[in-house]
Amino acid sequence: MAKGVWIVAEQRDGILRKVSFELAGAARKLADQLGEEVVAVLLGSGLNNIAGELAKYGADKIYVADNQIFEPYTTDAHAEAVAKAVREHEPSILLFGASSQGKDLSSRLAGKLATGLATDCTDLKIADGRMVAVRPMYAGKCFAEVVSAVNPQMASLRPNVFPAGEKPGAGDVINFDPGLDPALLKTKVLEVQKDAAGRVDLTEANTIVSGGRGMGGPDGYNVLEELATILNATVGASRAAVDSGWRPQKDQVGQTGKVVSPNLYIACGISGAIQHLAGMSSSKYIVAINKDSEAPIFTKADYGIVDDLFKVVPELVKECRKLLE
Amino acid sequence: MKIAVCVKQIPDPATPYQLDPNTHLVVRPDEQILDDTDRYGIEVGLQLAAATNGTVVLVSMSPAGNLQGIRQALAMGADKGVHISGPALEGADAYVTASALAAAIREIPHDIIFCGQRAIDDDAGQVGSMLAELLGVPQITVVTKVEVEGASVKAIRPIEGAQLLIESPLPCVITAQKGLNEPRYASLPGIMKAKKKPVEVRDAAALGIPTDRKLNVLRLVPPPARALGKIISGDDQAAKAAALAKLLREEAKVI
Repeated sequence: MAKGVWIVAEQRDGILRKVSFELAGAARKLADQLGEEVVAVLLGSGLNNIAGELAKYGADKIYVADNQIFEPYTTDAHAEAVAKAVREHEPSILLFGASSQGKDLSSRLAGKLATGLATDCTDLKIADGRMVAVRPMYAGKCFAEVVSAVNPQMASLRPNVFPAGEKPGAGDVINFDPGLDPALLKTKVLEVQKDAAGRVDLTEANTIVSGGRGMGGPDGYNVLEELATILNATVGASRAAVDSGWRPQKDQVGQTGKVVSPNLYIACGISGAIQHLAGMSSSKYIVAINKDSEAPIFTKADYGIVDDLFKVVPELVKECRKLLE
Repeated sequence: MKIAVCVKQIPDPATPYQLDPNTHLVVRPDEQILDDTDRYGIEVGLQLAAATNGTVVLVSMSPAGNLQGIRQALAMGADKGVHISGPALEGADAYVTASALAAAIREIPHDIIFCGQRAIDDDAGQVGSMLAELLGVPQITVVTKVEVEGASVKAIRPIEGAQLLIESPLPCVITAQKGLNEPRYASLPGIMKAKKKPVEVRDAAALGIPTDRKLNVLRLVPPPARALGKIISGDDQAAKAAALAKLLREEAKVI
């Protein structure tokens, strides 16, 4: 009988990533309803001092595999190690962050374990003892409620949507050695090139100031950069702006760019094509500043200003500076 | 090089959808289009084929349709198509889809396999990795640069705050994202030629594909409703900006 709500925690450079705490929180809620325990799997090198942190957010048990083979992350090593632990303990549920690493790992594992995986979920619940995962489909035109027919029932959770766990778990740290055969590891990370220091990645930002076609050109973004600096935000862009060459591809928010879910998303000069909305509509607060009162972005906005952004945003910069500095 | 590129036909996102009462998924109309995300994988495949005097074979799984989406991909320059079909594939999930693609790809020579990173209809982004697993080959997902050197491939994979340069032996599965290249438009001669290019139809049952879904859709629901927003009106831009800042600070508490 499969038992246990498992999460695959994510760390980088020995620091647990925020999504790991969100996973622990989501797992705790499911486990309490099912009467099962929350188990975290943590892979990496030099990790013992951080495993305990997962307990604060809800983990009852933390399986730690501390081995150089897991640094840096490769699909081969991580998928094989998690698969071994899963086959041995047979959890009922297995959760990941829908981060770059989590999406890569979860989809490979779902193939390995021949089970159902719900990607980029925004809600989870239990019905008839099974996990019902809620996820957007068709560019967010609808949400699907999906259930895996087999165990473990897998899901990846959209970062910044689920609250971090508040209820601690027992927190037993158990070291394990998956005994991987190095010959199985085919891919190699030759180089890790970090982005220039400064703003956090769009997918991890609490606040995003984003500009679209209405920015008129690359220089239009200067005012958004200014606002972003004051708000400690990251600057994003619509597909139109990226395709015009005004901003790099990595700044694109939307279905063919990044899916983001910040606390505050300020959309400037963005009309709100459905593919853009698919990438940002789970943001907690949305502000739209656009000249066109008919722009679809206003249907998603909590606060809207119908006006010239080049007149409004500089004033907003002044107001925010007054409030925050 | 022998290059396989997985492509998906999807209902035109600009058209209204009809739902299938059994699978709760969108009914696949006869006329489908090529998923836009697949164009990056086709383009990189065509470039690699041109550089190595190789061939590009498209592999696609869908339960219905007049192959218009596959013809669109052939019109870009691919040599031929393999289309896996059959009633059992109705409402296929990612696992069934990957199983079907794997069965077809096992039967054709292949040095490298490209997929789109995720289809824009179901947005699951799983098939590439599952396919790699089922074929027992490595994967490099969501890449923005690909270079083949001898029997290995190097690719750039952007992650949060960094770019990874990853090397894999061939064969392997690579999933392509926007930014990898500028997909070519089909030329008129390309469109004419595509009509005559061979598309081999493979029967899912004959390939012995497991068709039990691992993931079932219980139902589709409308997106969560957002409360109607406040439009801050007035003629004075400074006053409107001040009102917005105050709301963000005091009501939303997000700045």
